Amino acid sequence: MIYALFADMAVADNGSRQGKVRLTKWYSPYTQKERSKVIRELSGVILTRGPKLCNFVEWRGYKVVYKRYASLYFCMCIDQEDNELEILEIIHHYVEILDRYFGSVCELDLIFNFHKAYYILDEILIAGELQESSKKTVARLIAAQDSLVETAKEQASSISNIIAQATK
Amino acid sequence: MAGTSIMETLFQRDLDDLIKGIRQQQIKESLFISKAIEEIRREIKSTDLPTKSAALQKLSYLSSLHGADMSFAAFHAVEVMSSPQFFYKKIGYHAVTQSFNDDTPVILLITNQLRKDLNSSNQFEVSLALECLSRIGNVDLARDLTPEVFTLLSSSKVFIKKKAIAVVLRVFEKYPDAVRVCFKRLVENLESSEPVILSAVVGVFCELCLKDPRSYLPLAPEFYKILVDSKNNWLLIKVLKIFAKLATLEPRLAKRVVEPICELMRRTEAKSLLFECIRTVLSSLSEYESAVKLAVVKVREFLVDDDPNLKYLGLQALSIIAPKHLWAVLENKDFVIKSLSDGDYNIKLESLRLLMSMVSESNVAEISRVLINYALKSDPEFCNQILGSILSTCCRNLYEVIVDFDWYASLLGEMVRIPHCQKGEEIEHQIIDIAMRVKDVRPALVHVCRNLLIDPALLGNPFLHRILSAAAWVSGEYVEFSRNPFELMEALLQPRTNLLLPSIRAVYVQSVFKVLIFCAHSYLLHKENISSVNTDNLASEVPESVFARMSCENSDFATSEAPASSEQHDSFNPRNINQSFGDLSIENGGDATVSNGQASTSASLGRNSFTHESIVNLFNIVELALGPLSRSHDVEIQERARNVLGFTDLIEQEILNPVVQGEENLARAETEASRVVKLMCDAFSEELGPVSTSAQDRVPVPDGLLLKENLADLETICGDIQLPLSSSFSLSSTPLGEAVDISRTNLQSKDETEPSHESTSLLAEHRKRHGLYYLASEKSEGASNDYPPANDPMSQDKLNDDAEDLLKLTEQSLAPKKKPNQAKPRPVVLKLDGDEISIAAKKPELKGDLLSGVVQDVLLGNDGVPSSSRSNRSENLSGKSKGKEKLSTDLSLETKENVPGEKMPDHVNTSSRRSKHRSHGKERRQKGQGKDGEEKEDNGQKEKRKSNHHRGKHKAHQRADEPLNVVAQTPVIPDFLL
Repeated sequence: MIYALFADMAVADNGSRQGKVRLTKWYSPYTQKERSKVIRELSGVILTRGPKLCNFVEWRGYKVVYKRYASLYFCMCIDQEDNELEILEIIHHYVEILDRYFGSVCELDLIFNFHKAYYILDEILIAGELQESSKKTVARLIAAQDSLVETAKEQASSISNIIAQATK
Repeated sequence: MAGTSIMETLFQRDLDDLIKGIRQQQIKESLFISKAIEEIRREIKSTDLPTKSAALQKLSYLSSLHGADMSFAAFHAVEVMSSPQFFYKKIGYHAVTQSFNDDTPVILLITNQLRKDLNSSNQFEVSLALECLSRIGNVDLARDLTPEVFTLLSSSKVFIKKKAIAVVLRVFEKYPDAVRVCFKRLVENLESSEPVILSAVVGVFCELCLKDPRSYLPLAPEFYKILVDSKNNWLLIKVLKIFAKLATLEPRLAKRVVEPICELMRRTEAKSLLFECIRTVLSSLSEYESAVKLAVVKVREFLVDDDPNLKYLGLQALSIIAPKHLWAVLENKDFVIKSLSDGDYNIKLESLRLLMSMVSESNVAEISRVLINYALKSDPEFCNQILGSILSTCCRNLYEVIVDFDWYASLLGEMVRIPHCQKGEEIEHQIIDIAMRVKDVRPALVHVCRNLLIDPALLGNPFLHRILSAAAWVSGEYVEFSRNPFELMEALLQPRTNLLLPSIRAVYVQSVFKVLIFCAHSYLLHKENISSVNTDNLASEVPESVFARMSCENSDFATSEAPASSEQHDSFNPRNINQSFGDLSIENGGDATVSNGQASTSASLGRNSFTHESIVNLFNIVELALGPLSRSHDVEIQERARNVLGFTDLIEQEILNPVVQGEENLARAETEASRVVKLMCDAFSEELGPVSTSAQDRVPVPDGLLLKENLADLETICGDIQLPLSSSFSLSSTPLGEAVDISRTNLQSKDETEPSHESTSLLAEHRKRHGLYYLASEKSEGASNDYPPANDPMSQDKLNDDAEDLLKLTEQSLAPKKKPNQAKPRPVVLKLDGDEISIAAKKPELKGDLLSGVVQDVLLGNDGVPSSSRSNRSENLSGKSKGKEKLSTDLSLETKENVPGEKMPDHVNTSSRRSKHRSHGKERRQKGQGKDGEEKEDNGQKEKRKSNHHRGKHKAHQRADEPLNVVAQTPVIPDFLL
């Protein structure tokens, strides 16, 4: 079972190697404190690892699988029994779908469309399990939800609506 | 109101603005965020939904990436979530999913909203609700929403169905009774033609299996079908995981799946699937030689691959198989050793673990040598990792793998010399531990310790101070094995010892004391011997008998002869009462130690080395070095130094100035001085033994004794004694040794004033007075513990009496592990009862009992006759909660329609299987009902007992489970295996 996912950015220029988190998703309940602690510890471990090393880290009885795409590290925290290579594929699967959706995804896409990245993730994973292995299906589902959102948004932000509210 | 609303709507910062703002405010990010949160706090109270939801969205962004607290917005999130418009609903759900946990009070409010959305016609709304439930579902939510989830399990939309299946996992976990309702539909989905559905349901079973595989054995046929038919790698990986668990429980199943898995292993291209196959074979199918061989070939491919991931996983796979098929590891030994110098720390670590798993009696020396060489070359972190794993492997099961303890002692010494060594605590512990447990190693160990003490460079490294403390203790305690006590004394008193911590320095001073007494005693003996040689020619006789006795005193029972031990009896017991006799025995003892020392290779310590000048010199050195310490600010050091100085004052003029006095004077002085020295020597000659950590528990509390919870008044009684209660010998700073040392120091100070008193009688007196705080009385200890208490005057005696028994016992316990053609006999390692306890692996707690119990119930009811199953069900349900009757009838209808047991692999002979199945079913049902009844009774009892009997409860659990398991397996599995 996947416990958590987060995308971490390596900031090399200020020399601290301290990451900036771009995305977090937790599949088990943790308090805010625990979350910050986990992220702090793991980014300390992972960001300091050089290139061409293996993508697995053991951490407090869990395994952490990470993969670097440009400046972003995608990390997943999993059980001892889980298959590391499978998780790497899931990460890759997610990144490919993001790539398709945003059109060659970059970090800024994640920064400004942070909710969308979540919704996409929710279509891929549920309860810590992979639910959809087809990229096409995910793309279709996301598009359908987007159009739903758009209509709702348009309705809400139409001038008539604002006037109606204002004069309520 | 309306005005502010418009203003807010028009001028509110949305999420994009917020993100941009944060990116621009590089410097005062935290300030900016706290300002933004203030804004959000205001906006979120707005009645205007767009404003509110925008604020909520911003907040959830800040919470997930910047760790802002969003618990204050819980209620607002619920409000937004209940909006009819999808856009807002989505934001609301996102916030709820992200921030709610079991402690959130408003979680009670969302049940109805979730139910409404689960029943919605918009599949995306349903999806939101399911997603939310999968994350935050607690017991109440799971219970209340079970009917909805159950309905969705048969939804016509794949999109909904797969999510509902995934959510079931969470629902089961929180509310096991949901299994009775949903399990059937879940199982049906194993037959689904939709790959997505199949994948989801197998995922659920995979998770369930990891927790409690036994309950899912009856489903093996379905899983087998997937294993053989499916081409989907995601799916196959999960099924393999399931079989890895099931195959260990049912050997016939293992036999069945091994071929398909090998086939998969041969043809698959996907590394993830290949690795899963390898892992399954190595962990669960290790009896099948051909499969293991194939897997090892594949592992080899992983190992030689350039991809570090595969290398790492290959090493991991090897460590799975290492305990059962060591040849697989040995075959790849060169590669494993090569990986030790890999650039990747994780790979190095993995190969180190693997290497340690290879360690056995025969190769421990070789492997340790290789590793020490690596440790010398590697970075500090890994170096200590290596040292740590050598230490922990070697001390496993009381030094099981070590045959040659002399070698091990030198290895410990070598480790200390490694520049990055930071394993002070562990090495300290082991040095003292083997010194106490293994008698044969003492000479070698003393030599190693002497080398450590004598090196001034080691004193500069604070990480090693604790090791030096152990070394000092060992050299003091076993000084009789030292080749040159004078040299040792100089080492203990060298000026650089002022770099040590006071507590460690105190150990040094105490060792100085021991060495000093040993030297003085040897000197006196030497003198006596000379005079006796001069007067009559008994010299040749005395050492001989003395040697025999000494070997007994050392309780070197392996070599002691029977007559010698009986003789020794005479000299020992009366020692405490009869002064002259005691003197004799000690005299002999001291002498024998010298000859013992000679026997053990050291020729340098001739008797002639204890000349008058050397002793005078020794006393001078001690006085010179300890003089300043008697004004030390540390109590420990000060007190011990003063004790030593007091002793030297007492002895000095009598021993050291014989020339001034006449012949008769000399003789008189000799006797007085020697009596004091002998007394002290007597005090130190008692041997320390390891004490079991549970020793104190074995002491029965006498009737009428009120043990105090609070030991505050202990301080007033034992103000001068530190930690007399410590019963473990984990020896943080040799507490055992020190505790005894200190009590001796006390004795010694009393000895100074009343030298005619027996030290042992003082000890006995003290014991009598403060008996409460002593570890144990002889009686209770002797009955339950093989090894007598450490500070027991009778211990030597007893040991000798029991020597033969003990020897037999240790031989017996070692027998199966010993190789017959061992070149050198392994020295005896003392074992205690307490050690066994700590070694014995604890039984894993039964987890998920509740869930598996229910699953088994349901699986049992699977192919039963509907009427009985109906009554069963309704019984169960009515017992659990109200309002479920309707459901239960639904359910039994389902049961009638579907008999999932029928769905078997094609090649199975259906008719015969079915008829058998039926009969089995009947039998089983009858049994099953009986057992059910029993189980209920058991449960009833369990509840009664729960309050006071923890163990009883555990047993009841097991009893309730066992018959059920048997019943569950037998009817289905044999059919499958036909």
